[in-house]
Amino acid sequence: MELVVEKIGHRYGELVALEGIDLAVREDEILALIGPSGCGKSTLLGIMGGILRPSAGRILVKGAPPADSLNPFTYIFQDFALLPWRSVEGNVALPLEHHGLGAAELRRRVADVLARTGLAEFRTAYPKQLSGGMRQRVGIARALAVNPAILLMDEPLSALDAQTRELLMEDFLALWLRARTTAVYVTHNLAEALRLADRVAVLSRRPGRLRDIVAIDIPQADRATPAAQAQLAGLHDRLWGLIKAEAQIAEREVIAAGASYG
Amino acid sequence: MAEPQMREVAFRGGGFVLSPRRGAAAVFFALLLALWELAIRAGWISPLFLPAPSAVTTALWELALAGTLGLHVGQSLARIAAGWSIGTIAGLGVGFAMGIWSMSRAIGVPAVSALFPIPKIALLPLLILWLGIGEPSKIATIALGVFFPTAIAAYSGIDGVPRNLIRMGQSFNLPWLAILRKIVLPGALPGILAGFRITASIALILLVAAEMIGAQYGIGAFILSAGNLMQTDQLLAGVVLLSVLGLAIGTVLSRLERWLLGWR
Ligand SMILES: Nc1ncnc2c1ncn2[C@@H]1O[C@H](COP(=O)(O)OP(=O)(O)O)[C@@H](O)[C@H]1O
Ligand SMILES: [Mg+2]
Repeated sequence: MELVVEKIGHRYGELVALEGIDLAVREDEILALIGPSGCGKSTLLGIMGGILRPSAGRILVKGAPPADSLNPFTYIFQDFALLPWRSVEGNVALPLEHHGLGAAELRRRVADVLARTGLAEFRTAYPKQLSGGMRQRVGIARALAVNPAILLMDEPLSALDAQTRELLMEDFLALWLRARTTAVYVTHNLAEALRLADRVAVLSRRPGRLRDIVAIDIPQADRATPAAQAQLAGLHDRLWGLIKAEAQIAEREVIAAGASYG
Repeated sequence: MAEPQMREVAFRGGGFVLSPRRGAAAVFFALLLALWELAIRAGWISPLFLPAPSAVTTALWELALAGTLGLHVGQSLARIAAGWSIGTIAGLGVGFAMGIWSMSRAIGVPAVSALFPIPKIALLPLLILWLGIGEPSKIATIALGVFFPTAIAAYSGIDGVPRNLIRMGQSFNLPWLAILRKIVLPGALPGILAGFRITASIALILLVAAEMIGAQYGIGAFILSAGNLMQTDQLLAGVVLLSVLGLAIGTVLSRLERWLLGWR
């Protein structure tokens, strides 16, 4: 399934958050969306998945989602968005419960996805008992449980410490390499984008416009090699050059409003 | 050159930390009761003004033997159960509507603000006029007193449910009713249960006041008649009953909280 962003614009009152965004997410790729904070990444992601109505433009899909996909557009949230009153199992079961799967099938699906994400032994734990990294694993498990056609990830690792981020990124990549679900990965972290993405879309700020799309032609599995590292360093400098000036402005700005839909 | 002198760094982090002191309360109250008893036995205070704990206990015991204790407590419990349940159900209904729909919020907030501060006991004569002197007016007084705080607790409880959890539910295409039942209701529950604590004591206060008009049995009626006859030992026995009732309700609510909010 392909996702086409067509002339998307969005304003919050006077503030123009996005303007004239044209973009296509290709089947089976990870598209990273980077840009300084406040440039409209979360807004664009919310619009892409249909939980935010854009002021202008539209989102189109090409092709039908796989028949076994219970929720084609599935989010993974920066703050995990787990229900604190449900166990790990209960949280993963939540998006399955209204599909009339039957108790046995539901249990089987939950057990299967918990096994895949290494959470089987934490089945009965509650979110408050888990570390941040484990909580986000539950968020990922919940998303995978519904067989998404497109994963929409809003800075999924930003709330975690550096080591946890590293570990979770590798685990996510391993899961992704097996399933190759189309994904849009919002981040302000260049290293994450360079490790995971097939293409990196760079947004400018105020108003958020698409500045450039940079392709990374090295398969994710091969990016650890020295030759790849050298090439990635070059890409890193190029991307940093694109966002540095604006990141500096963003950093010195007084924050006026919170997240757009989170 | 001389060795520099070694000193220990002084500890400055003490205080402002509370730790549990088991049994302290029991000892304190035992001492207080003993002092009270002593003050009357020694003749420092007249037993007419303040009956001794032993006299209050005796009065309670005689009441139990005569069989009227059960009648009074039973009647009061029935009234409080009916009034509290009606007020709570109505309050939760209105509170949820105010938490969910903009229109009910727009109408409900000023209405609740205007009616909540009215002491419900002032309406008792009016309620008696409408509903008669019997049970309905007493139950209605309690229900009215319980209704407003419950509605407020419910809608502010819903306001406190993190928006991102609701968005999460929507992003997984959860049906509207499922979002209400699985996300909004449990999220608002801590606030609602905190409201129950307040409404339980309001119900108790209104119960006593309502029972002081046109009731034969009930703790309030009992206290009133004891007061009229200057039977201060019986009066205090009635007060002890109220306190025990309040304590019992508080214990039940604590159990309920531990059971329903174990995830916190
Ligand atoms: N609900 C909202 N109301 C008003 N302004 C908002 C809202 N959400 C976001 N904004 C503003 O829109 C801009 C883009 O926000 P956002 O999409 O969250 O950026 P990012 O995710 O890239 O940090 C920011 O300037 C932000 O302050
Ligand atoms: Mg954001």
